[in-house]
Amino acid sequence: MVGGTTTEQVIRHIALLLGVALVLGPIWIAFVASTLDPADILSRSVPLVPGGHGVQTYTDVLVKGHARGGAPPLWLMLANSLFVAVAIAVGKIVISLLSAFAIVYFRFPGRMLAFWLIFITLMLPVEVRILPTFEVIAHLGLVNTYWGLTVPLMASATATFLFRQFFLTVPREIADAARLDGARPMAFLWHILLPMSRTSIAALFVILFVYGWNQYLWPLLVTTEPRYYTIVMGIQRMMAVPDSTPTWHTIMATATLALLPPAVVVILMRRTFVRGLVDSEK
Amino acid sequence: MARRSEEPVFPNRLLPYLLLAPQLAITVIFFLWPAAKAVQQSVLREDPFGLKTQFVGLANFHRVLSDPHYLDAAILTVWLSMATIVLALLFGLLLAAAVDGVLKGSGIYETVLLVPYAVAPAIAGVLWFFLMNPSIGTLSGAIKALGYPWNHQIRGGDALALVVAASAWKQIPYNFLFFVAALRSIPKSLIEGAAIDGAGPWSRFIHITLPLISPTTFFLVVVNLIYAIFDTFGTIHATTAGGPGQSTTTLIYKVYNDGFVGLDLGGSSAQSVVLMAVVIVLTLLQFRYVEKKVTY
Repeated sequence: MVGGTTTEQVIRHIALLLGVALVLGPIWIAFVASTLDPADILSRSVPLVPGGHGVQTYTDVLVKGHARGGAPPLWLMLANSLFVAVAIAVGKIVISLLSAFAIVYFRFPGRMLAFWLIFITLMLPVEVRILPTFEVIAHLGLVNTYWGLTVPLMASATATFLFRQFFLTVPREIADAARLDGARPMAFLWHILLPMSRTSIAALFVILFVYGWNQYLWPLLVTTEPRYYTIVMGIQRMMAVPDSTPTWHTIMATATLALLPPAVVVILMRRTFVRGLVDSEK
Repeated sequence: MARRSEEPVFPNRLLPYLLLAPQLAITVIFFLWPAAKAVQQSVLREDPFGLKTQFVGLANFHRVLSDPHYLDAAILTVWLSMATIVLALLFGLLLAAAVDGVLKGSGIYETVLLVPYAVAPAIAGVLWFFLMNPSIGTLSGAIKALGYPWNHQIRGGDALALVVAASAWKQIPYNFLFFVAALRSIPKSLIEGAAIDGAGPWSRFIHITLPLISPTTFFLVVVNLIYAIFDTFGTIHATTAGGPGQSTTTLIYKVYNDGFVGLDLGGSSAQSVVLMAVVIVLTLLQFRYVEKKVTY
């Protein structure tokens, strides 16, 4: 058997433990810094064990926020992020499910055109059309609204292709039988296809939740009022306080809180998520 | 599957359009319209107050492409992408190769090594910015102890290294996952056969494993390239803000900065159009890979 010797196993574990240190190190240091007395942070480098100031700092940022940086209380930014992430994930899944259903189970003029229009969205990420997109959003009065934060991100070629791929593997006989039994299309979608797609939907939800939570440029464009800030973009306002040292303990507490929810989701749903990610890209 | 394309399952005429409506409405309003506007504005020049607009043909493109700052940003983007891709792929592959043959605890490793995937690029930037802070950073302290006076607030090279470190760190889990999947799909008999023939672990890795996972590697290079060009915006904007000087101003950061801060509508739009061309090429490359996978 290859790779079974003790020496080799030891080397593998050492490499992996170094990997774990590399991956978790930056997060651990941030967490430790968030628990230190503010005066201690600036006097020496961060120790490896947490300090005793954590409860105070986290209570402060969650309730009061970061007044100097113009950031609202963190509970509000966390709530905004949660809403935005769930809305984007659910919206993308529903919209893509419907489009894939239309493309696979119906024949109609313009079907290929619709398919290509959806494909094109892959080639037009927000980053390459920042200014005109902002103009469109402003024109439609969507700046500083939850609509503006979520709806424009709900189109998804990847999710549509994933569902299309899945529907194509569903035996035609199932659909034919359903129709002969008098099932209407929407009943077929709801009672037969949807239950069959459960695993794909769960996997996509994790991927899209992380995607939505981690949006940065979009909320930056669409919000100017602090009460609409999401936590991932709000942290920038704390970093960019002109002419002063950043208050590192609050920033690191914010960073910790900003990465915790998506990290927990990914860890808890690892198996579903990994299979979904590897499948959806293939 | 061939049969499906011939006849529809359901005969409805109006329903499919209703089903497609939400997706297409969002696509047209928030993707196609802005993209068309970018193309339109790229051939116009508007004065800073938005009072007058005139058609200038390709003048904006000429201005952008002959601007030395643009060239700098392009070169910087290439370096940043290459460094990020190499580091992220290398660490991803190394850890995947390590975990693939481990007898105990692979589940725990695979879970923990996944964590940075969940971290937003901007947050990854903030974490590393703190880690490398010239006066109090843990890592920068270690680097200074080795004799290098690290300071990303003054030295451009250090700032670039900071962005690369944060970006590569965030991307390791993605590459790790795909490499693990690729390594697991290699038949064990191939590796064992080579071992019986006397090939050592290193030679087996170079001559058997690497060629077999090359489709995955190619796919990951394209995905990582797209990531390095576009998703590093958050990392840069939240930390170095393109500086010091222009040392971390990538192409995307420049589109944002010229458009939003510099209010150069025509120039920013021309840059957008150039970038769209880049994305189109990359997307087609990515899909070529998919096509190849299918015909296997």
